Amino acid sequence: MEIKYVLLTILVAALVTAATRFLPFLIFGSGKKTPDIIVYLGKVLPFAIIGMLVVYCMKDVKFLQYPYGLPELISCVAVALLHIWKRNSLLSIGVGTVLYMLLVQLVF
Amino acid sequence: MKKSALKVAFRDTLPVLAGYLFLGSGFGILLRQQTAMGAGWAFLMSLCVFAGSGQYLLVSLLASKASLIGTAIATLLVNARHLFYGISLVDTYKGAGKKKPYMIFGLTDETYSLVTQNEPPEGVSRLQYCFLVTLLDQIYWIIGCVLGNLAGRLPIDFTGVEFVLTALFVTMFVDQWIANKNHRPAIIGIGCTTVCLLIFGSELFLIPSMVLIAGLLILSRKTGRRVKDGD
Repeated sequence: MEIKYVLLTILVAALVTAATRFLPFLIFGSGKKTPDIIVYLGKVLPFAIIGMLVVYCMKDVKFLQYPYGLPELISCVAVALLHIWKRNSLLSIGVGTVLYMLLVQLVF
Repeated sequence: MKKSALKVAFRDTLPVLAGYLFLGSGFGILLRQQTAMGAGWAFLMSLCVFAGSGQYLLVSLLASKASLIGTAIATLLVNARHLFYGISLVDTYKGAGKKKPYMIFGLTDETYSLVTQNEPPEGVSRLQYCFLVTLLDQIYWIIGCVLGNLAGRLPIDFTGVEFVLTALFVTMFVDQWIANKNHRPAIIGIGCTTVCLLIFGSELFLIPSMVLIAGLLILSRKTGRRVKDGD
């Protein structure tokens, strides 16, 4: 592959990615006072985005084909229940991940 | 104080360490298999692009010799969710000084979630904490990408370890659900994204989800206010 093409492609990917991250700061961060609506959105968005990211993680799961997303669903419920019970992030994440690995490697 | 900030940031990013080492090596391996590019390139990409799904996409773009415009559009579609992240941090990152550009550059899903959800303990500066989380996450990612590329394949079967990042988001979801009386934003987030995934499919659902989430959040603020005014 031509080096110039590769470098340009990487540059474009880097610039576009950085642009998506910098844009909100450039638009809303320049004024002294952040607009009310942005302050409001900034406060509530993290809660909505965590929900969005949980779904995002499942985007390639095929719920209509075997194993019907069962490893993901079982492991997510296990993480949530364990976390409600013990409130220890590393424990919930560790146990959930090992459970998921066992499910996809040995069970399903 | 600096040392304890690093300790706290390291503890909080442990799940990210596991996830990024695995997903990063997946990228490194894929890059070698699909384009025969070596560790130097893996290093360059993880240093300059630093985006999980974005870099996986980049491999297939390079392998198919995509046009630069095509690369720009595809990257934008995959990374558009980042547009949301800055909105929550415009005020938090004010005063970050010289570190601010790097902290914005490094805003991945995981970094964003950690810095917006976690309250650093007393004595640890919030900005220092955010900076260290960002830096550690990128170091994990670079190590994963380079090692995966060098190794060419994983020594043991790690299939499924990527679930560590899903699990991280689930624990954060539970935490914020318990901490907040108002569950509306969380329900809007899950609901809109699920509906848009069903309608638009896994390639295109992110942008419509974001528009819908922002719209409903703004609407729910207005109705909330009206109820208050009626009191």
